[in-house]
Amino acid sequence: MAAPLCLFLTRPRLVWFFSIVASGLAFLISCLLLQQVMASGTISYELGAWDAPWGIEYRIDQLNALLLLIISSISTVVLLAADTSIRKEIPEDRHTVFYILYLLSLAAMLGIVATGDAFNIFVFLEISSLSAYALIALGKDRHALWASFQYLIMGTIGATFILIGIGLMYQMTGTLNIADLSIRLPEVAQTRTVFTAFAFVIVGVCLKLAMFPLHLWLPNAYAYAPSIVTAFFAATATKVAVYLLIRFTFSVFGLSFSFTHLPLQVVFMVLGLVGIFAASTAAIYQSNIKHLFAYSSVAQIGYMIVGFSLTTALGLTATLLHLFNHALMKGALFLALGAVMYRIGTTQLRDFQGLGRQMPVTMAAIVIGGLSLIGVPLTVGFVSKWYLVLAVIEVGWWPIAVLILLGSLLAVVYVWRIVEVAYFKPSLEGADSIKEVPLAFMIPIWTLVLANVYFGIDTRLSVQVAQAASQSLFGVSP
Amino acid sequence: MLMGLYNYWVVIVLMMVGFYIVIAHGNLVKKIVGLSIFQTSVFIFYISMAMVDGGTAPILDEGIKQYSNPLPHVLILTAIVVGIATTALGLALIVRIKEAYGSIEEEEIQKKDNLDC
Amino acid sequence: MKDLLAVVMLLGIYSLLSASLFVAMDAVDVAFTEAAVGAGISTLLMLVAITMTGRSEYPERHKPLLALAVVIVTGSLLIYGTLDMPYFGSAEAPIHQHVAPRYINDSMQEIGVPNIVTSVLASYRAFDTFGEVVVIFTAGIGVLALLLVARRSEEDEKADLFNYSMHEQHLILRIVTKMLIPFILLFAFYVQFHGDFGPGGGFQAGVIFASAIFLYVMLFGMTTARRVINQSFIQMIAATGVLLYGSVGVVSLLSGKEFFDYSALSSDPVAGQHLGILLIELGVGLTVASIMIIIFFNFASRRGNQ
Repeated sequence: MAAPLCLFLTRPRLVWFFSIVASGLAFLISCLLLQQVMASGTISYELGAWDAPWGIEYRIDQLNALLLLIISSISTVVLLAADTSIRKEIPEDRHTVFYILYLLSLAAMLGIVATGDAFNIFVFLEISSLSAYALIALGKDRHALWASFQYLIMGTIGATFILIGIGLMYQMTGTLNIADLSIRLPEVAQTRTVFTAFAFVIVGVCLKLAMFPLHLWLPNAYAYAPSIVTAFFAATATKVAVYLLIRFTFSVFGLSFSFTHLPLQVVFMVLGLVGIFAASTAAIYQSNIKHLFAYSSVAQIGYMIVGFSLTTALGLTATLLHLFNHALMKGALFLALGAVMYRIGTTQLRDFQGLGRQMPVTMAAIVIGGLSLIGVPLTVGFVSKWYLVLAVIEVGWWPIAVLILLGSLLAVVYVWRIVEVAYFKPSLEGADSIKEVPLAFMIPIWTLVLANVYFGIDTRLSVQVAQAASQSLFGVSP
Repeated sequence: MLMGLYNYWVVIVLMMVGFYIVIAHGNLVKKIVGLSIFQTSVFIFYISMAMVDGGTAPILDEGIKQYSNPLPHVLILTAIVVGIATTALGLALIVRIKEAYGSIEEEEIQKKDNLDC
Repeated sequence: MKDLLAVVMLLGIYSLLSASLFVAMDAVDVAFTEAAVGAGISTLLMLVAITMTGRSEYPERHKPLLALAVVIVTGSLLIYGTLDMPYFGSAEAPIHQHVAPRYINDSMQEIGVPNIVTSVLASYRAFDTFGEVVVIFTAGIGVLALLLVARRSEEDEKADLFNYSMHEQHLILRIVTKMLIPFILLFAFYVQFHGDFGPGGGFQAGVIFASAIFLYVMLFGMTTARRVINQSFIQMIAATGVLLYGSVGVVSLLSGKEFFDYSALSSDPVAGQHLGILLIELGVGLTVASIMIIIFFNFASRRGNQ
């Protein structure tokens, strides 16, 4: 069932249209998968017909299905706008290459999420990172190259750490299958080797995740990549890393191990909160809007980490919800920025003067996305923050709930800066020629924006899936 | 204990040498070299795990009872490929960076980067 | 000023040494690959790269204390982790007890290939290997995206002249190489198809094949090589390799079996396994060889362009 997803890898001579078909197909399949998983529980698929610990297995439960859905839907929507955008930003002779890399990266992310084998995760992680480095380096100016190189170094260190961790686990258990690992690890959980393995995997994943102290590569990489790439990665790549974090701590090592042996809860809580504040503050001082939203991504990851560190079902639900919602928000925001880029060729804040009048529809999209980031009611941002605060209060940590709300205030400040410039400053000279962007941009942007609002009002679907996923995770770990 | 683990310790020292080069050196080519050393030592680490005293290479033959573990070998074959892929891409980036910035020293690039902003 | 050439050569030696270490630890397949890739291809690529970027490094001005601290913490964590590890070489380690025995004991009946590494690689964990092919494919495309240069004619001729004069000087080298290349190619085919029985397989064969082409390029110049080998043709081959691998999976999928279940390829499961392994090794070989050539060509022509 999941294997057809991988076939996308195999058509190198493709064009935009084919990419959309492939991505759309992946989207359909993941919808079906989600439905099936919600109905009947975990699906497992053995590649090559070898039983699980010997061969490689694909394993889809609610969590995976949710992630698959996020990735493939965002990718499809973003691709719709890709053609218009990259024609402006990438030289003609690289277009084919761009789509190949894009699809490889999409397939690799789907692969990471779907696979049930620890080493297979590493392989797919590398495919997705390699294509990410190349995609980012396709950005317009030379900063993109440098950003991509920094990402390459950090990413490879992270991947190698994960590889060491997987090796240590394998050494203690003799298996690479995730389900099998979770059965066999408790027997050897008291050894120092497993402790080390855990530490390495977590640090490696956090590097990929751009969690607060390890986030240095992210803002530049996002800011200088082509707009389409930014929209795609901001909405998906870090989500995959969060998935890995959840998967390793909850399923592989098991809840009791992860949180009793180490002061992990406190560490994550503190790092998450510091991340929210440091990154939001940094966002306020950025003059490039892409930078601004990239820092805000780091801050949003902080929220996810806080929810995760609560280690309650409700906290995890909040994290998953935020995962889904943040993908929608950032997808919409970065796409809208791509549209601005398409028209005025820059995303510097000072060039936004008066854009609220020239490009009312696009700017409205940015405002709604921004409101959602702040967490205003009727948007998705509100829903996930609401659940997060509920989860924190459930544990009884009042001060932290207050801190989370304070963090949202910082978001108000940076979103307001954009609004102020775009609506209340006079237009730049010669700006009259700036028009709205073509329909090819409008449709994807507003699809995402409307999804923002829809899932902010009708929360049944997203909450239900997130709850099911987090419950199944807690069911697995005794 | 010393005899039982010496191999791993040597490997760890190698790994850390590579890791140190990656984070401490400013020259981009050296960073890639460090990354290679780091990865290669992880390979040695895996292969050490697969080793069995008195075993032979895992190619079936009559009269041999003890084979070393084939699975890590397979994993490392894949990892080597990943390593060369990363190296190739990293070098390609370096070449482009040299063309764009005229330097492959981290400090200089950072300086020029800040000037632009 | 430090010389990067020495650094790169030392790295090559390090790779070669670790390859011999792999032989000492009974991992012949891995040693083969490491020698071909680590000591061969990556050293070569690095050499090409430093000819373009300059081979000297500034004297160090960095502050190593923080890095040292990070490294020491990581290292001691690892050492701490080793304390509970099974001893080196011990046959009782869990790693040898759980999954591996099935490969060692049953792979002969199930797959019928003496080289267990090949059977695990190409059948039990075929999907990992598929990923591996895709990784190298991604790298090739990535390099293409970064280094692709538009065709230019004037400079081509200049480079041609330059190459021409250079090659006149190396008459002996040229003749020796000319004699060597067919043997290298032959050896590549041997490695490709003998992988079932001895160490070797598609990946190593691809690398060896590519290295023969590299030799040719180095001695006869880029332009001559381009006349023999067309770049878009190679890209097609690279794609075909991945496609071939993937389609083996699809065929088994279409015939109602699981992805990469080779028993779908033939009525006799063991024969099916044989055929499947042969096909995917061929796919691997094609892709690896052509991607290596693409990477090298792009580096080399970028250099000619400067």
